[in-house]
Amino acid sequence: MAVPVLKQGDLLIASIQAALSDADLVELRDALADRVGRFRSRGVIVDVTALDVLDSFATRTLRSIAYTTKLRGASTVVVGIQPDVAFAMVQLGLGLDGIATALDLEDGIAYIASVTERGGRRGG
Amino acid sequence: MAGEASVAVERDADIVTARQKGRELAAMTGFSSTDQTMIALAISEIARNIIAYAQRGTVTLCQLQDGGRRGVQIIARDEGPGIPDIELAMRDGYSTGKSLGVGLPGAKRVMDEFELISSPGRGTTITMRKWLR
Repeated sequence: MAVPVLKQGDLLIASIQAALSDADLVELRDALADRVGRFRSRGVIVDVTALDVLDSFATRTLRSIAYTTKLRGASTVVVGIQPDVAFAMVQLGLGLDGIATALDLEDGIAYIASVTERGGRRGG
Repeated sequence: MAGEASVAVERDADIVTARQKGRELAAMTGFSSTDQTMIALAISEIARNIIAYAQRGTVTLCQLQDGGRRGVQIIARDEGPGIPDIELAMRDGYSTGKSLGVGLPGAKRVMDEFELISSPGRGTTITMRKWLR
């Protein structure tokens, strides 16, 4: 598995370390969908701080991760999109509409805490 | 011309290699980190187009020098089925289902020059350039 997924309480943290191929991204999506069930996770954080490019495939896969985990009863937040990456995405016409994002891991954890509190156990 | 690189694009991992080489060349040419990211993103999209529609091809990168101007040129070439309707392929949001439909028009938007030559059965060549300013 190219991306280590840490389990911390009822959170899953996917910490992307280096540039990912399309196959790596799909593997991450499938692994997260599986682990949300296995660990009864309520939140998934995908940390993309290390990525220097988010292209159309990466954007689509992040959306797919967020929707899949939502259908599995967990919330996803994408954290750490770098300024240059964000700017290039906007220029190209790529976005993460409807997907929660946060500045960094800390804010991501706070976001998941706030939505799971509000929605109740496995709610929302 | 100083830096030049050619990347064979046959597997999805080659897309990553192509865009990393492009970023290196852009950095060497003197582009800002924002421009480097946009060039890398444009390369990612045209390289993915090769994999999605032609299975294999090449991405060739080089530096440009034109009088006082400096820049980079990226040529993506394949011998795949070609694009039957280029105007349609360049339309935002249009896709035959293998992509989001933002790749080619998006790449064109972030580069200064973008030329697409394609004919059914004879493959596709995309040439794009970005100039330092």
